[in-house]
Amino acid sequence: MNEHDTPATGSEVTPTSGPGAPVRLDQGHVVGEGGVPERFTNPGLPPHTPRMADLGEDAAKRAEKQVATLFGISMLGTVLFIVLYFAIDVEQTVFIPGIGLTSASNFALGVTLAMGMLGIGFGAVHWAKTLMPDEEIVESRHPMRSSQEAREGFVGTLSEGGSDAQLGRRPLIKYTLGGALGLFAVPLVVQVAGSLGPMPQKSLSLTFWNGGPSGPGEEPEFVPLRLVRDPENTPIKASDVTIGSVFHVLPEGLLDLEVHRLEEKAKAAVLLMRLDPDIIESQKELDWGYQGIVAYSKICTHVGCPVGLYEQQTHHLLCPCHQSTFDVTQDCKVIFGPAKRPLPQLAITVDDEGYLVSTQPFREAIGPSFWERGL
Amino acid sequence: MTTSTSRPADALREGDSTPTTPSSATARKIGGLGGWVDDRTGSAKPAGYLMKKVFPDHWSFMLGEIAMYSMIICLVTGAFLTFWYVPSMGLTIYNGSYVPLRGIEMSEAYKSTLDISFDIKGGLIIRQIHHWAALMFVVALVVHMFRVFFTGAFRKPREINWVIGSVLALLAIVEGFAGYSLPDDLLSGTGIRAMQGFVQSAPVIGSYLVYAIFGGPFPGELIIPRLYSAHILLIPALLVGLFTAHIAIVFIQKHTQFPGPGRTNDNVVGYPVMPVYAAKAGGFFFIVFGVTALISAVVGINPIWGYGPYDPSAVTACSQPDWYMGFADGALRLLPGWMEFEAFGYTISANIFPGALILLPLVYIVLGIYPFVEKWATGDNREHHLLERPRNAPVRAGIGMAGITAYTVLLFASGNDIMAIKLDMSINDLTWFFRIGFFVLPPIAFWITKRVCLSLQRRDRDTVLHGIESGTIIRTPDGRFFERHEAMLPEDQWILVQHDAVAPLELEAGVDANGVARKTGHLDRARARLSHFYFADAVNPVTPAELAAAHHDGQEMESIEASGGPGALEGEKEPEASGPTRR
Repeated sequence: MNEHDTPATGSEVTPTSGPGAPVRLDQGHVVGEGGVPERFTNPGLPPHTPRMADLGEDAAKRAEKQVATLFGISMLGTVLFIVLYFAIDVEQTVFIPGIGLTSASNFALGVTLAMGMLGIGFGAVHWAKTLMPDEEIVESRHPMRSSQEAREGFVGTLSEGGSDAQLGRRPLIKYTLGGALGLFAVPLVVQVAGSLGPMPQKSLSLTFWNGGPSGPGEEPEFVPLRLVRDPENTPIKASDVTIGSVFHVLPEGLLDLEVHRLEEKAKAAVLLMRLDPDIIESQKELDWGYQGIVAYSKICTHVGCPVGLYEQQTHHLLCPCHQSTFDVTQDCKVIFGPAKRPLPQLAITVDDEGYLVSTQPFREAIGPSFWERGL
Repeated sequence: MTTSTSRPADALREGDSTPTTPSSATARKIGGLGGWVDDRTGSAKPAGYLMKKVFPDHWSFMLGEIAMYSMIICLVTGAFLTFWYVPSMGLTIYNGSYVPLRGIEMSEAYKSTLDISFDIKGGLIIRQIHHWAALMFVVALVVHMFRVFFTGAFRKPREINWVIGSVLALLAIVEGFAGYSLPDDLLSGTGIRAMQGFVQSAPVIGSYLVYAIFGGPFPGELIIPRLYSAHILLIPALLVGLFTAHIAIVFIQKHTQFPGPGRTNDNVVGYPVMPVYAAKAGGFFFIVFGVTALISAVVGINPIWGYGPYDPSAVTACSQPDWYMGFADGALRLLPGWMEFEAFGYTISANIFPGALILLPLVYIVLGIYPFVEKWATGDNREHHLLERPRNAPVRAGIGMAGITAYTVLLFASGNDIMAIKLDMSINDLTWFFRIGFFVLPPIAFWITKRVCLSLQRRDRDTVLHGIESGTIIRTPDGRFFERHEAMLPEDQWILVQHDAVAPLELEAGVDANGVARKTGHLDRARARLSHFYFADAVNPVTPAELAAAHHDGQEMESIEASGGPGALEGEKEPEASGPTRR
C-alpha cells in the first residue's frame, strides 16, 4: 500500500523522553514512549468499495446516458445562445419573476451561455465520478532537498565560474561592475518619477475663490466672486435663501472654464445654508456670514468626499463616505467620525444688487490634510 | 566507407529502425501527432509523467481551483472588454440608447462603459461576468488562504508558495480596485477621490505623490489611462507570472493530503491527472464559468448607469467600495479624528494613513511572515506533506480566527451607514461598538477557538479510549444499565491518533555538563515563551499504552481521562466492545 522503503522525508525526531519532559530547543516534536509501541501504526488504505457502475453494466449504461444527456444540454445551450444572439434586440426588456424588468438579451445570453458551460462541466464530472477508475493510486514522495553531491556540485560550479572569470583576482572589475549594475536603472526611475506630474506648488492651498484658476504655477489675485448655483450657474439673492434651505454653490466663472473645470470644482465646491442667527454659537461664523446665511467648503477635511448630507433639524452635515459629522451651528466643528478639522468657512456678504458674494478667499487649505498644509 | 547492405528508404542512417507500430488505430493517431512534437521537443517523457501525476482528493482543494478559474474568466472577458472600452477622460456628450443620460456631458470612459452595457449586444453579460468573476476570484482566494492556514499547509517546504500566495492576494485587491475605477462613474470616481485623500495624507511626500499619480491636480485627465495600463498590463503580468510559479511549485512539491489510513508523509494517495483530474478539474472550469454566467444573467452588478458621470462636487449616499476594499474603508471610519496632529507646522494625519496606506500592505506582510514565526516557535524543521486537522493546532486556529474576527469587524464597520439605516440604530453607537470590538473581539475569538479545538481533541481522545457510543443500552442481570460502546475500525481510529504529540520547547538547564553556567539569551527565552504559548496546554493523541490501559481497567482509564463517562465514574468495568462496525 504505501512506500515504507522510501526515505522518510519528515520522519519523527528520535524520542529522548516522554511528552511533557523538557525538550532541547534544537529539537522538534517528541513522541512519547511506553512498554507498548509508542504510537499507532498506519492501518493502510481501506479496501476499495466498488460503485454501481463497476458492478453492473446496467448502471454503467445509465451513467453513460446521463453524461451524454448533459453534453447534449450543453450543445443545446450553445445553439440557443447563437439563435437568441441574433433574435433578441439589444434594447428589448423582459419581465422575469423574481428579478423584475431586465434586459432580455442579457438574461437570455447569460442563461444559454451558462447552459453550454454547465452541461460540459457537470457531464465531465459525472463521467469521472461514475465511469472513470476510482481506485486510489499511491505515488511516493521524495525529499525536496537534492543529494549532497548535487548541492556541492552546484556550489562548486558557481565558485569555479567566479574564479574562472577571475572575479576574486580582479577586484577592480568586481567593484566597477557592482557600481554599474547598481546605477544603470537610475535614469529610468528618474524619468518616471520626474515626469509623472508637476510639482503641486501652492495649488493645494488655493481655490477658484482666490480670484480665478488655481492650478500649479497660477497665483490668482483676489476679486470678490458671486456665489452661483451648481449646475444652473445663476447668482443667488440673499432673499432667495430661506431658513432651512441648502444650496450647492460654485464661484461665478468656474462653470464657464474651458479647461480644468473639474479640477477647480473639486476644490471650490461650497454649501450655502441659512440658519436662525440665534442658534449660531460662533461669533466668527456670524461675522463671516450674512444674516445667518453661511457658506462652508463642501470638501470633507477627511479624505475629500463631498459632504453631501445635511440634516435640517440638527444642522449637522454628514459625509457619506466615512460618516464624519460637522455641526453647522458650531462653525462646522467635527462632532463625530474620523475627520479632525472643521470645514473651512467662506466669508460672504451681499453686493449692490443684493447677490451673495465672497469677501475673501478661504483662509486655509480646503479638503484632506497634507503634510505642509499648515505652512 | 560505404556499406554494402541495403536499407529501407525511410531510414536515412544506418541503424535507423522503423518505429514499432502501435496496436490500435487511436493509439496510432495520437502517437503520430505526439510523435511529430516529440521528435522536435522530446516532451513525451515529461508529458507522460505529468499525465500520470497523482493528486489527492478533498473538497477544500477546489477553493484554489475556483480562484484560478475565476482569474482565467477575468482574463478572457477582460480581453473582450478592451475592444470597446475607451480609457479616456476626454469629455463628450452622451447620446446612446440609455435615455435618462442623453445629452449629458461625461468622460469617454463612462460613455464607452454605457455603450458596452446598452448598445453592444452581449456586452452587458460580458461586463457582468467580468465583475462577478473578479469578486469570486478574491473570495475564493481568501477562503483558499484560510484552508491553507488552518491545515498548516504553509509549513516547510511550502513557505515560498505561501509568500507567493500572499503577494497574489494583495495584487488581486489592487487589480480589483483599478478595474472598479475604470468606468469613471460617480461611485467609482468617489472611490478615486478617497484614494487621492489617502495618498495625500502620506507624511512628507503626500502632496507630491498625489500630483505624480494624477499628473497634476485631482482629478486631471490621466488617472483613468494610468489605472487602465495598470489594470490590463502591469498587474495582470505580475498576477499571471506569480500564479504560474504558484502552480509550478505545487506540481514540483506534490499536493498535500489530509491524514488518513494509507496516507503518509512519504506518499500521495489520489487519482491520476489522466483521465480523472483532466475530467474533474477541466469540468470544474466549465462549472465555475457556467455559474458565473448564470449569476450574471440574473443578478445585476455595479449598475453604473444609475450613478451618473463623475462630478467632484456630487456624491451618492451610502458610498461603498467593492467588498475586498471594505476592511481598509472600515478602518478609516473607525480611526478617530483626534489622531491627526501638527508638529513644527507640519500636519501628521494619523487618522488616515494608518488605515489607508499602512493597513493593506501590513495585513499581507503579517500573513507572509507567519510561517516563519510558527516555525521558530515550534522548532520544527521537518518537511510536512500531511495536513493537520485544524483542531490539532489549537493556537494556530485561534490566531487565525482572531485575525478573521479583526478583519470582519473592519469589514462590517465599512457598512456602518447601511447598518444604521437598515437596523434603525445610531451610527455613532455602531461606530463605537466596532471601535471597541476591534480590540475586544479578536482575543475572545482566539480564546473560544482554542477552547473549542482543545475540547474537540479531548473528544477525539475520548472516542478512541471508549469507542463509539452505540445508543444501545444494556441491562445487566443485577439491574444496572450501561451504554454499549463499539470498538472503532482501525481506519477510523487512525485519523484520531495519527498526529504527533507535542510539547513546548524548554530552556536548557542553567549549567552545562561541566557545571558551568550556560548563557540563555533574550532570544532563547522569548522563543521558549512563544513555544509555551503554542503548546503549554496541548492535548496529545492517545498512545497504544493509554488505550491498552483503558481497555484493561475502567479505574486505570479514569486516572488517564478525567472526563470519563458515567460508567467510569462508578468505577465500573468497561463493557466488552462488540465487533467493529463501519461508520
